[in-house]
Amino acid sequence: MVDTLVFLVAAAVCLTGALGVILARNPVHSALMLVMTLFGIAVQFVAQEAHFLAAVQVIVYAGAIVVLFLFVIMLLGVDRAQNLELSLLPAQRWAALAFGSGSLVVLGALIVAVGEPVTGAPSMGGSAAGGENVRLLARSLFSDHVYAFELTSLLLVVAVIGAVVLARKPTQSETPVPEERGDS
Amino acid sequence: MEITTSWYLVLGALLFVIGGTGLLIRRNPLVMLMCVELMLNGVNLSFVAFAQRLNDIGGQTVVFFVLVVAAAEVVVGLGLVVAILRRRPGTTADDLSTLRG
Repeated sequence: MVDTLVFLVAAAVCLTGALGVILARNPVHSALMLVMTLFGIAVQFVAQEAHFLAAVQVIVYAGAIVVLFLFVIMLLGVDRAQNLELSLLPAQRWAALAFGSGSLVVLGALIVAVGEPVTGAPSMGGSAAGGENVRLLARSLFSDHVYAFELTSLLLVVAVIGAVVLARKPTQSETPVPEERGDS
Repeated sequence: MEITTSWYLVLGALLFVIGGTGLLIRRNPLVMLMCVELMLNGVNLSFVAFAQRLNDIGGQTVVFFVLVVAAAEVVVGLGLVVAILRRRPGTTADDLSTLRG
C-alpha cells in the first residue's frame, strides 16, 4: 500500500515536472521543473532499492547538471520568455504530434505485449538485492566493468578539455573570424 | 493494487516520449538539452526497473555509465551553446541552419 502511494506520488511529480520542462516559456522555469522530475526519479530509485544511484541522481543531476544549466542561462541572459505558438514551424508541430502519439502507441504496445512475466538470462553480475546495494554496485563496477570505468575517466577529460577550448575567448593574435553576413 | 515492473516501464516510456516531443517543439537550444536529459532519465528508470526485476546489478551499472556520459554531453553541449550564443545572441536552433554548407 505504501509502495503504491510512493510510486503514484513520485510518478505524478515526475510527469508534472517533465511537462513543465517542455511547456514552460521561461528557460529558468524549465530548469527548475527538471529538478522536480529528477527528484521524483530519485524517489523511484529508492523505491527499487537502488540507493547509491538515488544519491548520485540528486548530487550529480540536480546538484551539478541543472546548476550548470542555470549558470549558462544566467550567463547568456536568455531567460526571456519564448512564445511557444509563434516559434513553431508548421511542419514541426505535426512532426512532434506524430512522434509523440506514435512512440506512445509503440511503447505501450510493447509493454503490453511483453506483459508482466519479464524474463531474461540468469544474472551474470550478481544480484541487485537490497541492503548492500553499494557493495554490489562497486564490485560490478570495479571487476566486470573496470575497463569501461577507466574509459569514462578519459571521456570526462576529453569533455573538460573540449569545454575549455569551446568557451575560451579567441586571442587577438589569432586570425579574426570573418564577420557574418547580415542575413540573420 | 500492486506496483509491478510494468508501471515503472510505463513511467519511463512516458518520460522518454515527453522528452522527445519537447525536443521537437522547443527551439531554445538550452531547453532542447534539458529534454535530452528527460529522455535519458526515462531510460535510466527502465534500466533500474529491470535490474530490480531480474535481480541483476548490471542494470544499475549501466545507469552509472549513462550518468557519466550525460554529464560529459551536457558539458560539451553547453560549451557549444555558449560559444554560439555569445557571437549571435538570441539564436534558436532553426537559425543554426546557416551552418549548412
